[in-house]
Amino acid sequence: MSREHTNSVGLTAYPRAVLVRLAEKRAVWPLLALALILVVDGFISPEFFSIRIVEGHLFGSLVDVVYRSMPTAVVALGMAVVIGTKGIDLSVGAVIAICGAMITWRLHMGDPPLIVLGAALAAALLCGLWNGLLVALLDIQPIVATLILMVSGRGIAQMINLLYGGTDPSFSSDFFAAISTGHLAMLPSRLFVGAGIFALLWLLMRRTAFGLFVEAVGGNAAAADLAGIDAKMIKLAAYLVSGLCAGLAGVVITADTHTSDPVSAGLYIELDAILAVVIGGGSLAGGRVYLGLTLLGALIIQSLTTSILMSGVPPEYNLVVKALVVLIVLLLQSHKFRARIRRSARPAGKHLP
Amino acid sequence: MKERYIPIAGTIFVFIALFLTGGALYKHFLSTLVLGDLLADNAFIIIAAIGTTFVIISGGIDLSIGSMIGFVGVVMAGLVGHGWHPLAAAAAMIAFGVLYGGIVGWIIDICDIQPFIITLAGLFLLRGSCFMVSLDSVPIKHSFVDAFSAWRIPLPGSGFLTSSAIVMLLALLAGVVIAHFTRFGTNVYALGGDRTSAALMGVPIRRTTVMIYALGGFYSALGGVIYALYTASGYPLAGSGVELDAIAAVVLGGTLLTGGVGLVVGTLFGGLISGLIATIIDFDGTLTSAWARVVVGLLLFLFILAQRTLIGTRNALRQSIG
Repeated sequence: MSREHTNSVGLTAYPRAVLVRLAEKRAVWPLLALALILVVDGFISPEFFSIRIVEGHLFGSLVDVVYRSMPTAVVALGMAVVIGTKGIDLSVGAVIAICGAMITWRLHMGDPPLIVLGAALAAALLCGLWNGLLVALLDIQPIVATLILMVSGRGIAQMINLLYGGTDPSFSSDFFAAISTGHLAMLPSRLFVGAGIFALLWLLMRRTAFGLFVEAVGGNAAAADLAGIDAKMIKLAAYLVSGLCAGLAGVVITADTHTSDPVSAGLYIELDAILAVVIGGGSLAGGRVYLGLTLLGALIIQSLTTSILMSGVPPEYNLVVKALVVLIVLLLQSHKFRARIRRSARPAGKHLP
Repeated sequence: MKERYIPIAGTIFVFIALFLTGGALYKHFLSTLVLGDLLADNAFIIIAAIGTTFVIISGGIDLSIGSMIGFVGVVMAGLVGHGWHPLAAAAAMIAFGVLYGGIVGWIIDICDIQPFIITLAGLFLLRGSCFMVSLDSVPIKHSFVDAFSAWRIPLPGSGFLTSSAIVMLLALLAGVVIAHFTRFGTNVYALGGDRTSAALMGVPIRRTTVMIYALGGFYSALGGVIYALYTASGYPLAGSGVELDAIAAVVLGGTLLTGGVGLVVGTLFGGLISGLIATIIDFDGTLTSAWARVVVGLLLFLFILAQRTLIGTRNALRQSIG
């Protein structure tokens, strides 16, 4: 009992050690955050956790959260790889707009759906190639290099829309509807698209040397170069991955809205994607790629949005809440800030994990 | 010619070439009327971009400018609606901008966080705050606002120098003085050139960082005030994407995004170049606004490419000497 008196937190030594070890696990904090948000959601809406089957599909708020987070999550996965190389891709929103315009243009031209899909993804890869060439070959800072496509990409999408007149940028296609809003084995089909790209990227990052190279290049490009890694090719490949991921998200978003909207399709998605990576513990300083935690980050963002909408707080507060979450996460991630808190907390006799 | 003046010479050359191209293509283009409109229409972007120039010269970046312009507008409209004089409201908002920027700079330095991500959070925060204040466009009705927009200096020819253009030119003058004739200005260049050497030479890093972002906040808030007075309204979506226009103006103005190199006056021409492209597209009538974005993107690319080549040759020279 005397132990508890000396320890202001009120824990004996043994559970403290367990807690400290737990706190060191990367997944704990994002998981706790997600659990906290979900518990709050449960209080706001008692039906939040109920999942029922309607017309052969799973139906419920939890499914809805996963469904809605899919495009952001896919973009964030590609972003995680780019951020792993110490880069950033600001152009993903513009790539989504370009993909939407490509799909609409080719469908209006009467191409078969698979060709249209191929054309849209090829356009996205071309965008990734452009970014990659600027960053890897011309050695331009990633923020600036991808800014170029971010500024002009939506203009390019508007121009693509002009190719078929652009008066009616809407379309209907069973194939694209099936990818985005359709269902497969009771689950929304877009979840399979997301799971597929996640599995592919996971294999690429964890079962091939590519992941190791990405983290090496992000950690120290010069050292990686000396170790014989072709840093330029790795960076180029990372932007290709990001472009492809943005393209897939663009396909899903465009198929969902049945229209090409160059001005607002995927607007601010780059911010959400970066946020998802950061919440998942990816450092903007590069050298770390956590794909699973990035997915978790995307889920946290979406469940936060959903709970704001459910709680009856005006949706306008969404942005402010998101900003505060980013700030808190950034402060917690900052070593300097943590050291400062620890220093100021010590005289008061508090022990922070 | 000194090496530091090569980029600005390029910028001014492009500006004059564009202006002459417009003059060759369209009647009445080469006039003080077009020039005056160009200055008036782009005043708020250029004012905000002057602050961005300091931030970028110091090696940082500020993404919250557009949201600041929107926020200043809606709050000003609200305050004037509550009976404040527009000038008092403007002063309050500029004080807010300085305070906000100072806090951002302080967080950047104290937590060692990349300016890019923290100002991104600022973008969310201020834009969200706009929506919290008002969802609709709020008119600013006051005799001062009418007087402000009516007051103008006639230029030779048929053009006018509007009051917002005059504020912009004065803000530019202040920026040039701060950058080149104060110790703070020298510190900004030193910080952007090499942070470690700057610290070793005794540049107060924290104070300078706080002041840089406070100055950025000052200029973006001033830009917001001018935009609100110019449009006589506060609109929560106002200024969306202006941070990119401002960064583009700074880059087109010859400032290196790697920091340490650049001239405040270049930003004026950088901003005018993008404005000129929009004007030419307006004059043409058959082109859509999509062209403006694409051409600005293309120019950005060319300028960044030119910067890389300049730096490349400089580094090669240094290596061959050392």
